[in-house]
Amino acid sequence: MSDTTLSHPATAARPDAGQRASRDLLRRGRLKPAEIVFWLATAASFFLLPDRHLLLSEIVILGLFALSLDLIIGYAGVVSLGHGAFFGLGAYVAGLVSVHLTGEPLTGLILAALAAGILGLATGPLLLLRASDLTRLMVTLGVAMLLLEAANRAAWLTGGADGLQGVTINPLLGRFEFDLFGTTAYAYCLIVTFALFLLARRVVTSPYGLSLLAIRDNALRARSMGIPVGPRILGIYAFSALIAGVAGALLTQTTMFVSLDVLAFHRSADVLLVLVLGGVGYLYGGLIGAIAFKLLQDWFSAITPQYWMFWMGLVLMVIVLIGRDNLNALPRTLMRRLRREDRA
Amino acid sequence: MLTILIDGIAYGMLLFVMAAGLAVTLGLMNFVNLAHGAFAMIGGYVTALAMNRLGMPFLLTLPFAFLVPALVGVVAERLLYARLYRRSHLDQVLFSIALVFMAMAGTDWLLGSGQQLITLPGWLQGRFEVFGVGIGRYRAFLIVICAALVVGLQLILGRTRFGARLRAAVDDQRAARGLGINVGGIFAATFAVGSGLAGLGGALGIEMMGLDPTFPLKIMVYVLIVVTIGGTASLTGPFIAALLIGTADVAGKYYLPELGAFLIYLVMILLLILRPQGLIARAR
Repeated sequence: MSDTTLSHPATAARPDAGQRASRDLLRRGRLKPAEIVFWLATAASFFLLPDRHLLLSEIVILGLFALSLDLIIGYAGVVSLGHGAFFGLGAYVAGLVSVHLTGEPLTGLILAALAAGILGLATGPLLLLRASDLTRLMVTLGVAMLLLEAANRAAWLTGGADGLQGVTINPLLGRFEFDLFGTTAYAYCLIVTFALFLLARRVVTSPYGLSLLAIRDNALRARSMGIPVGPRILGIYAFSALIAGVAGALLTQTTMFVSLDVLAFHRSADVLLVLVLGGVGYLYGGLIGAIAFKLLQDWFSAITPQYWMFWMGLVLMVIVLIGRDNLNALPRTLMRRLRREDRA
Repeated sequence: MLTILIDGIAYGMLLFVMAAGLAVTLGLMNFVNLAHGAFAMIGGYVTALAMNRLGMPFLLTLPFAFLVPALVGVVAERLLYARLYRRSHLDQVLFSIALVFMAMAGTDWLLGSGQQLITLPGWLQGRFEVFGVGIGRYRAFLIVICAALVVGLQLILGRTRFGARLRAAVDDQRAARGLGINVGGIFAATFAVGSGLAGLGGALGIEMMGLDPTFPLKIMVYVLIVVTIGGTASLTGPFIAALLIGTADVAGKYYLPELGAFLIYLVMILLLILRPQGLIARAR
């Protein structure tokens, strides 16, 4: 054995490299202490802020939606201006299921997820058209606009501009009724979001997730390494669409209402903003961004009720001008500077 | 039938005037600028305010509708845009969306959310008949003005020294720099002219498209569609695309009103499937 190691160092290194790779993957997959603290704090919010459950549900739904966008932007490098399409489709499917089929929430959730996932699969190939970012932006935007127009025109099905009437949701699991204070709703949103988060985390820490990162950083090289770029992007796009659909369904089921607003352009723009506020490419960005977004929105609306968008735009612009990377590295830079001053 | 065609052409020409600046800046710096519509809105408001508050005649406001956005454009380019050329497209999208948000909310704040209306001078109202085809006077006026602008742009691009430098910079920025062409300066100038043209388009378009604080968002989609379909290799592509989209939109609204805005999005997606690089792609 040792002889072969000496004469063929390259072949001997291979199992070693394999072991190292699987060890690295395992390490990436393990929950870090900060993450556990994050989720414990989230769970604690359920008990500590009992009168804020409605707002908190809204935040969690927005966070889940932003998380789905993070999967394609942060991990696959696909910039989308039309992610609201999947959110809206999920919302409408959940609404229609409850009106025409059954008020059982989980059925609605699953059907909405499937519908959004299928739309993702169907429109995903459009992203692969010798794609420049601009083409992708326009195609995703076009799909979202088509869906908005469709929902607007099909008033017999969707209620058009008046919104879908008569959405009623049965008690969750036949036991927990959706109450006025949003307590059931918040627990429901939290559990669904947590489950999907774990799933998404598993996906991005798998070898498949690593191959996505390779594609994001350099699609050409990834292709020449033998990574099938098209199918991989398609897969994550559909998965992301599915999660966005669930977020939309959660919104419908917890508010018992759907209107054209779920498909409007500002949804897609807002969710981008949320994601950037929280940071792209580490899954928590969406959830943290959603909290920051709602807080900022509250604060700005308090200053100038109608024009909070102005301030939101300003914040976004400053973030971009400073540079998102610099901002993420800010705590580290500050620490380093402090330490240096200590030494001096 | 012909009336609709002429309406569509007038609309398309207008779209082209607005999109021309975006096409060049996108081709030159590969900068995805979603805020181009904001400059068009500035132009529109300059004309509307000058006419309604200062009582200036329509034609006299048009030069200002060009100059003010051009000036704002040059300042914005030097102060803000120039920092983002080397950033990722995501950053550029975010930045320009932020700009759109601020422009919309800011306009609403300062000038109110209502529609801005203008009264055209008498000689531009009504319609006249040529061989039994009714043509709106204003539509004809638009076509003449925009056609003159298109010809002017093509001449500048094709026949002047500046045009030659610009084309060189679009084709290969690095080589152009190496030859001593001041690409940054060219870009600032182009950005200014592009913003000015957008503003002029916005001013001319008040009559056809209306003007309120949501204008940048509404026009953004159209302008981006024109540029994506047309490609950024030359101005011919966006010109054809603008005429196509303009005619399709007007005809669609007339013949198939139940389809609404469906048609142009469908046309866009289909054209992008067939020609992802745009109608007239850059030679490789």
